[in-house]
Amino acid sequence: MSEKILTIENVNRFYDDGEHQVEALKDINLELKRGEFVSIIGASGCGKTTLLRLIAGLDEAGNGSIVFKGAQVKEPNYKRGYIFQQHNLFPWLTVENNVASGLKARHVYRKNKDKERIQKYIDLVGVTGFEKSYPHQLSGGMSQRVAIARALINEPELLVLDEPMGALDSFTRADIQDKLLEIRKEKNLTMLLVTHDVDEAIYMSDRIVIMTPRPGKISEIIDVDIPHPRNRGGAEFLTLRRSLLDRFDLANAHPEPEYMI
Amino acid sequence: MKQGKREIQKYILTILFTGLGFAIAIIENLLFPQISDKANFVKYSIGAFKLDGNDLLRIVLVALIIGYALFGIIDYKDEEKRAGYINKAGFRFAIGVLIGVLDLTGTKLKVLPQPFFPGPAEILNPFLEEGDFILTNTLYSLRLYFFGFLFGVLLGVGTGILIGWFDRVYYWVYPVLKITGVIPAVAWMPFALTLFPTPFISAVFLIVICAWFPIASLTAAGIKSTPKAQYEAAKILGGNAFYQLFHVAIPHAMPQIFTGISTANAFAFTTLVMAEMLGQPGGLGYYINLSKVWSAYYKVFAAILIMAILFSAILKLINRLQDYVLRWQRGIVK
Ligand SMILES: Nc1ncnc2c1ncn2[C@@H]1O[C@H](COP(=O)(O)OP(=O)(O)OP(=O)(O)O)[C@@H](O)[C@H]1O
Ligand SMILES: [Mg+2]
Repeated sequence: MSEKILTIENVNRFYDDGEHQVEALKDINLELKRGEFVSIIGASGCGKTTLLRLIAGLDEAGNGSIVFKGAQVKEPNYKRGYIFQQHNLFPWLTVENNVASGLKARHVYRKNKDKERIQKYIDLVGVTGFEKSYPHQLSGGMSQRVAIARALINEPELLVLDEPMGALDSFTRADIQDKLLEIRKEKNLTMLLVTHDVDEAIYMSDRIVIMTPRPGKISEIIDVDIPHPRNRGGAEFLTLRRSLLDRFDLANAHPEPEYMI
Repeated sequence: MKQGKREIQKYILTILFTGLGFAIAIIENLLFPQISDKANFVKYSIGAFKLDGNDLLRIVLVALIIGYALFGIIDYKDEEKRAGYINKAGFRFAIGVLIGVLDLTGTKLKVLPQPFFPGPAEILNPFLEEGDFILTNTLYSLRLYFFGFLFGVLLGVGTGILIGWFDRVYYWVYPVLKITGVIPAVAWMPFALTLFPTPFISAVFLIVICAWFPIASLTAAGIKSTPKAQYEAAKILGGNAFYQLFHVAIPHAMPQIFTGISTANAFAFTTLVMAEMLGQPGGLGYYINLSKVWSAYYKVFAAILIMAILFSAILKLINRLQDYVLRWQRGIVK
């Protein structure tokens, strides 16, 4: 549990479109240990997506360094999986081919050998029976599951998720949350999740990173020491929830937890 | 159960109704005497048979009745096709009646200006008279179409991909495409004829040129419009530039590529016939030209008839291919 898998040091990121300069990230420092589940919460525009894209290697940091398993992050790598806010499946591929595209993209796909493997991940995320469906025939929740399967088939060591469940109803969401926790346990996968949902962050995370906007900074990192499986109505859960909401001045906006189980 | 039985009865009536129009045409052709003396039919020996245009017309009509009845039976199993068949029954009936009316007015009475409007039996006459010659010309047109369109598609898709993918190619080739694209291909005719060793190759060149423009520009547009997010999805999975081009950009462009191909197909037919009329030693356009010189308008119509059948068959083939390749779109687009 102690091996460092990702180290972010003094990362800054400016956007300059000629007219305005946005300091999207300022002096970000964060370390992830292998097998850890970390959530990022923060107001809209505080640079969460910007940070994830830097970690993924989709964009380059202005300065500072991002080191993944001892090497500087320069470009995307399948070892760092990414789940987009919109599922981003390939609409021309069936579910099974979308999942297979993880392997095909790396040219390691072998038709006979990998059939079982693809099926395993389809079963794992719970979309069995929809192998031959096309993305537009799936619900939002199912699409997001397929996207997760597609990322997992490459056996990433770090999975970053940008609000993957933002558009889903609370039942589907709870379901996928449990699936992710299961997968994480099974594979000792490190996960970094951006969410707007405080309950989700508490339910899933070992640590919660709170970011504030203009400039985008990490204001606080909170340890969550509640044993799994967590009870969304438990006393510890609710206490932490309240203290988090207080930080955002939201305590009165959500007087009751969303999930009373 | 009873409901199903009545439905089957109704469907059988639909099949009969579909054939009825053609049957009316046969009866008309058999019973109505030849009044005008301007139409004369000669019996040609075809194998063991002696046939004239009227015989052939009746054979064709019988074939249509049998064919549509068979289709009706085959289509019954598939609900969608069955609905289509029922829907088309009225139209097919009307076509049959129309053939009868045209036979009456065009051949039997000759009330339309002659020799410009021959009746259906006369239009079929050339197939008996010079079937071999028509076949030779049809094959010539087909060969021309095949090579011209095939190379046009390959060149169009190829350059379209390059233009859409590489900014440098876009910079240098796209303006050329835009300028040459608006010129009707036949304008190159005199140039093509002197540049290439045979008229056939020069006609192939014209078809390639006319197919190239719509396919290349739509392919390029399709590649260029690929969302960045889709490329990023590929990159994240470990896909290199090759994968991004062949497994993201090109599939994304496929609907537009097919729009280009359909458009190009229509251009190709036009160019094909024009080229043949302007200086080919064969082909349906050549046949039309030849027949016109002799005022044999019934032959012109015979050639037009073949074109109609041939070109719609090709169109259907392309549509089938498109439906198959774009099957993932079923349900997204109407
Ligand atoms: N491509 C860009 N060009 C210019 N400014 C940008 C660009 N992308 C993001 N920004 C700015 O950077 C800041 C952070 O954006 P980012 O998308 O990371 O926020 P976020 O925390 O993910 O917000 P949300 O929760 O709404 O998704 C915002 O102020 C945004 O306007
Ligand atoms: Mg975001």
